Amino acid sequence: MDARRGPLPVPKVRRVGFFTSIEPSPESPRPNRTLSGPAEAITSSSPLSDSPSGQFISPVQIPPSRHRSENLASRAAPVPVPGPSAFRLQLAHDRALHVGSYNPADSLLGTSPPSSNGEVSEDSGSLFGFQRSDSAKLSASFPNGGFDMTMAVRAPRESEARVAIASTSDKKKKNVEASGESESVATKPRKEKETKSLKDKTSKAERRAIQEAQRAAKAAAKGEGSKRAGDSGRAKPSKAAKQPQPKKEVPQVTSSVSEKRSAAVEKERRMDVPQTQMQYDDKSRVDKAKRRSVVEQTESKNKVELFLHLPQYERGNQLPNLSSNIFTLDTIHHAVYKVGLQHLAGDISGDNARCIAMLQAFQEAINDYTTPPMKDLTMDLTAKINGYVSFLIECRPLSMSMGNAIRFLKNQIRKLPVDLSESEAKASLCSEIGRFIDEKIVLADKVIVQHAVTKIREGEVLLTYGFSCVVEMILLYAHEIGRKFRVVIVDSRPNLEGQKLLRRLVARGLDCTYTHINAVSYIMGEVTRVFLGASSIFSNGTLYSKVGTACVAMVANAFSVPVIVCCEAYKFHERVLLDSICSNELGDPDAIANVPLRTNAKHSKTMDNNKNLQFLNLMYDSTPAEYISMIVTDYGMIPPTSIPVIVREYRREDLLL
Amino acid sequence: MADKTQTPDAISAYYQTRAAHHGVITSDWLAQAQAAVEQPDSSVFHDLGTEKPFNVIDEFNGWRKQPDLAEAVAAIRAMAAVIRASEATTMMELEIELKKASDTLKSWDKTSISLTAGCDLFIRYVTRTSALEYEDFNSAKSRLLERAEKFGEISCKARKIIAMLSQDFIFDGCTILVHGLSRVVLEVLKTAAQNNKLFRVLCTEGRPDGTGVLLSNELTKLDIPVKLLLDSAVAYSMDEVDMVFVGADGVVESGGIINMMGTYQIALVAHSMNKPVYVAAESYKFARLYPLDQKDMAPALRPIEFGVKIPAKVEVERSARDYTPPQYLTLLFTDLGVLSPSVVSDELIQLYL
Repeated sequence: MDARRGPLPVPKVRRVGFFTSIEPSPESPRPNRTLSGPAEAITSSSPLSDSPSGQFISPVQIPPSRHRSENLASRAAPVPVPGPSAFRLQLAHDRALHVGSYNPADSLLGTSPPSSNGEVSEDSGSLFGFQRSDSAKLSASFPNGGFDMTMAVRAPRESEARVAIASTSDKKKKNVEASGESESVATKPRKEKETKSLKDKTSKAERRAIQEAQRAAKAAAKGEGSKRAGDSGRAKPSKAAKQPQPKKEVPQVTSSVSEKRSAAVEKERRMDVPQTQMQYDDKSRVDKAKRRSVVEQTESKNKVELFLHLPQYERGNQLPNLSSNIFTLDTIHHAVYKVGLQHLAGDISGDNARCIAMLQAFQEAINDYTTPPMKDLTMDLTAKINGYVSFLIECRPLSMSMGNAIRFLKNQIRKLPVDLSESEAKASLCSEIGRFIDEKIVLADKVIVQHAVTKIREGEVLLTYGFSCVVEMILLYAHEIGRKFRVVIVDSRPNLEGQKLLRRLVARGLDCTYTHINAVSYIMGEVTRVFLGASSIFSNGTLYSKVGTACVAMVANAFSVPVIVCCEAYKFHERVLLDSICSNELGDPDAIANVPLRTNAKHSKTMDNNKNLQFLNLMYDSTPAEYISMIVTDYGMIPPTSIPVIVREYRREDLLL
Repeated sequence: MADKTQTPDAISAYYQTRAAHHGVITSDWLAQAQAAVEQPDSSVFHDLGTEKPFNVIDEFNGWRKQPDLAEAVAAIRAMAAVIRASEATTMMELEIELKKASDTLKSWDKTSISLTAGCDLFIRYVTRTSALEYEDFNSAKSRLLERAEKFGEISCKARKIIAMLSQDFIFDGCTILVHGLSRVVLEVLKTAAQNNKLFRVLCTEGRPDGTGVLLSNELTKLDIPVKLLLDSAVAYSMDEVDMVFVGADGVVESGGIINMMGTYQIALVAHSMNKPVYVAAESYKFARLYPLDQKDMAPALRPIEFGVKIPAKVEVERSARDYTPPQYLTLLFTDLGVLSPSVVSDELIQLYL
């Protein structure tokens, strides 16, 4: 990949380990940011690569520097670069968290054949499979070759982006947008073409920067052209790559009707693209997101360097403001608002509960929804849903299961027949949501309980960690049918969710033992089975669950105790997760510092200001597949290696298509 | 054959059958058995005509006595007889009858995995066929019958396919360790000998079934050099072994196998010494079970003679089989191809879900 990019400039030194301050990036010589044309857009895109470049590279790698301007200017005919950043930002507002550094564009670089245009610029474009002819091949290489998301997302994005642009600060990045904003539509395609030619030379970060510039420009030019016109600049480099090139040409040539049709097709494919997570060490994007946000969160000052790509906010100061806003807020439906506040306050925990609450709020919102005049129900409703989802993400990042549910909902909206009246459409959507909740969650739990209970024999000692509602159901049901067994509940700070489970089980008369996770290797000797819940399970069999689960599973493995994971099939994801760092959630660091009934509350103030001390409160961790013996789903008991089989056989029918 | 009761002390009928089969599976008897195959056919049908109500267990027993017939095939032939004798007029009725017959068979011998798997497979096939909605019920019925009767052929063909697939893995001058007396493994070795491969076989004594002696009988007839080992001498001889070949009573969803007692031990030793363990099993042995440890299966007990009197208070471990987890198995040779253990679940999901 480096060979294609050209000579690497002086690398920026990146310190490995936990440091408090973000190292200021070396100032690359920036060209004069005049509003003169394409060249500026290209060169000005390079500063954008400053902050984002880091997140594609693991902490131990040294990212290339941003001195790209000299390379960029040499390109003959630039083409729009589908930077990943803007797309990811859009997607982050709609979907669950995804690995930020997952960039299929890299894998595409070697696979796409050269474009048929013959232009040098198009060649670089084709590296990302821009050619329409290649799109089929490329879509074949990806299970879901879509970037329909950008289509759906673009509508709210544009308005928001415009707002963002209007209130730019004096950051370098904002200058780019300002410059982009002032460009006319005529120069926009040309600028896009120029930037496209740079694709193989720019790093991912710079491409993203370029894309953001185009997005800004597109937002500025939104009034003139159709939505499709800007798509080429927006599309994600990976799967979106198929679209931008044809999209760029299509709107310029064909009518908007055919654009709509092709957009619908692209939309389908894009819907299936796994979303990437917004990277929070990209300061400018974070600022933009904050301007757009409903919930005002203040970022934590003292963040662990390894987790800079995850958002972390000061807790505790938003609720009063937000609660009072509930009656005045018109962009967010009140039911969704309520769910968001519950997430913010930490009232809802547990994947199933969160997902059900969100879906029921969406049901209400859809019921109360009326299509504005001159707007299409499908697109407008999708845009509204996207808005709700961004609000929910601001309150608390989405879990994987919520992401899957949202994908399902958007699919249902998209699949609505065009001839349905508004009330029929709304009724159909609400019933689909209700069916999803009933079949995929409630009924699935019942089936799981039936299967798992066969693995509980008389005299067993079962260990569980934290609080999983499915595991609770299994234990209660086994007790009801008269099996004699003991339960060991392992708990951990700061959430101490196991206490909730303990209270419920003891109230029903089960024999329980309660311990903290530091004693898990002590207690594991007398345990015969371990039952764990899941937040999500990935395609390589990796279990993504509350932090501490991996520890329990590994200790169980060392003691040859079988580990049984109970998870509904709607939580499966076709992503692959290799570690707990790329994709995680940071909780409230004060929760670690403050131990109840301890008198070091005074110390916490000094701890806050201490630069050498950071608190890391991770919420999730990943357990590799080899520590899991069996997964109980509503499709039966399967080994961890069969997750991709279930995804392949059933998720397409049920959720995606 | 003693009827299997529900008490844990009961002797597993499956292993009694197997013992009986072992007695007659030698090639000396096989020719006579072939001739005998035709007669049970007609006698069974006559019985059907006379006795009412139709008893699927008797039918099954009749088929089971044939030495060359796998348990699952016998079960399916019995189910075919159910269809033939059934007076149902709709597909649903037939399905219900079959389900009842299958449950009876399964409960009669809870320990036999291939029996369970065979019944499930047949029911699955019936449900799928009925989904095709034949207008004429009789034509659907006859199609089911034809399929059921062909199943026996499938079993023999499966063995030939497996033998063919495994030829690539047996090279000249190799030493194969065999445990238990599996007809499939025997077919594999026979085919290899017919292909003029030079190899030698170490077979374990296989107490208490005595499979070692029987197998060595068969192999000497094929001019394959055989060496008998005590069961406890496996680790001692594992150095000179190139590969381990076993059959399977059942292949479970995790990709592990359930086989004669001692298989787990041998797989552990082979794994620790980096020797491949190959399993030869037909695809109808794939069962939707998922044992988590050795005791997680229905116990199958068999009588064990020590030759001398044992004091009364001494307990004897009489389990006839064990479970080998998938991480100790290298490859599975099936009529679906050469599979890795994780593919078993894939196949089961496609078949049953």
